[in-house]
Amino acid sequence: MLKEKDKIFKNLYGFEDWKLEGAKKRGIWSNTKELIKMGSDKIVEEIKNSQLRGRGGAGFPAGLKWSFMPKDSGKDHYLVVNADESEPGTCKDREIMRNDPHLLLEGCLVAAFAMHAHTCYIYIRGEYYSESSNLQKAIDEAYANNLIGKNACGTGWDFDIYLHRGAGAYICGEETALLESLEGKKGQPRLKPPFPAGAGLYGCPTTVTNVETIAVSPTILRRGSKWFANLGSANNTGTKIFSISGHVNNPCNVEEEMGIPLKDLIEKHAGGVIGGWENLLAVIPGGASVPLLPKSICDTVKMDFDSLKEVQSGLGTAAVIVMNKSTDIVEAIARLSHFYKHESCGQCTPCREGTGWMYRMMEKMIHGNVKHKDIDKILDVTKQIEGHTICALGDAAAWPIQGLFRHFRHEIEKRIEERNRRVA
Amino acid sequence: MHHPGTNNKVYKKINDNFEWSSENFKKISEIIKKYPSNRIQSAVIPLLDLAQRQNNGWLSKNSMEKVAETLSMSYIRVLEVATFYSMFNLEPIGKNFVQICRTTPCWLRGSDKLSKVAQEVCETNIGETSNDEIFTVVEVECLGACCNAPMVQINDDYYEDLDEESFKKILRDLKDNKSIKVGSQIGRKSSQPERKFDA
Repeated sequence: MLKEKDKIFKNLYGFEDWKLEGAKKRGIWSNTKELIKMGSDKIVEEIKNSQLRGRGGAGFPAGLKWSFMPKDSGKDHYLVVNADESEPGTCKDREIMRNDPHLLLEGCLVAAFAMHAHTCYIYIRGEYYSESSNLQKAIDEAYANNLIGKNACGTGWDFDIYLHRGAGAYICGEETALLESLEGKKGQPRLKPPFPAGAGLYGCPTTVTNVETIAVSPTILRRGSKWFANLGSANNTGTKIFSISGHVNNPCNVEEEMGIPLKDLIEKHAGGVIGGWENLLAVIPGGASVPLLPKSICDTVKMDFDSLKEVQSGLGTAAVIVMNKSTDIVEAIARLSHFYKHESCGQCTPCREGTGWMYRMMEKMIHGNVKHKDIDKILDVTKQIEGHTICALGDAAAWPIQGLFRHFRHEIEKRIEERNRRVA
Repeated sequence: MHHPGTNNKVYKKINDNFEWSSENFKKISEIIKKYPSNRIQSAVIPLLDLAQRQNNGWLSKNSMEKVAETLSMSYIRVLEVATFYSMFNLEPIGKNFVQICRTTPCWLRGSDKLSKVAQEVCETNIGETSNDEIFTVVEVECLGACCNAPMVQINDDYYEDLDEESFKKILRDLKDNKSIKVGSQIGRKSSQPERKFDA
């Protein structure tokens, strides 16, 4: 288990003061000037050495991403923080923003300096109203105390942070859709290339990064990349906030070391599966977009990027959705299909038409109201959507269904036969 | 499933006159400062939000035209945004906009029961407004509070860790104009593991 002294998020649950005074007691903003004095190259180097991987779902190496920003483009540079937390099962960034907002703001300054950006936009999902009001108050405090603004923290670096509220669209969590939305348009993803580091917000070099990735970076710089890299295992380093929801006795967010066994995570932190471990049916380990895992895999799997990839799933946002044996597993996935149908932006045909078709098929499958050959047909359609769309929403809609058929095909076949018997 | 925010038609019945309140007019100049001076279209979502708040929770044609005029945008570009995002309601809603999360993490913990409770207490169907116009009840996709499931958003606030009884009480209290407690309904702080609460 992660030791108390190695925790980055010391006020995850909001027991302590979230405002500036409380934040300073937790060491936030204590020596920010010295961190900035390291210089941008050294900051990027340290983040690279820490092997921090992006916490928003894709797990891209953060230091490498930061290093893509050009040094002297002659244009304005932007840091955009992705706080459009909408992946079903995920509610970690919310806790950071309402209970420890200064942790994020300090990270914004350090990261933006490393990327030569004077401006940062935090794009928060519109539904997070109280979270955005806490964050705005924290921004106001930071301005009033010269921590950001002109000559931020006395470093000579001018730095502005603006909060921008979205208006309810899952797709705006995709980085280019987020930029479109921030420019005042429909949130429809852009074709890449050009990548945002070349031409992002307003056509300028931009890096879009998840809240948690930014929030952990000042602590990494303070305590050193070695400390961070020693937690977890190679290529899967550091700590991570896990959101554990569904059929557990104590659903919660918890910061843990990367690579903690899934069983330990559920039993030690979330009070165990309702009805006991033997009552477990399946777990979605990384938010709605990743394929589910049956109990046999959950018994031993470790929670990190590479271990979950090996079992044909993914860490995603580390949102663990637990389902016990009382769950109608087909309906659980059908609900996710409904989600993707609702959230498809409509730009690419395979996704726009495919998500609706898949949802209708999944609804029928709940009652076994399909033919045996339809199982292979829907699998075939998922393959036709996957990889054939501009953004990853098409993939995300396909994977939960593929996961269901990989591990629970027998369940649907059973329902088809039961229905055939009833009808006959 | 009907939802005023996913409706793509502009509501025609009311031909109101929409002018910014003086308070909001001041706010607009603050909002626009956040963006580069040649990029004020970026403020379209914040301004639509402001217009919706001023217009009792929904956007009329005139209010959207006002936003377009304020930002020197064409009306169709504003309408495009208003129809794309689910938080912009294109038809009138009741005083309390009850949004019940229906996605898997909430469903696993009984969101279906909450929908039933809401229909009974509010005396309306999902997607509709009650006759007394006190409630509009809708089902929505994930609101991002999954460790506090099942949950409901009413106007700006989240109500979490609900069950049938506590949700019934909230709705009845709203009906009686009583004040209600925001956040977790079982006295838990944020999304902490419950067991630590006693310690």
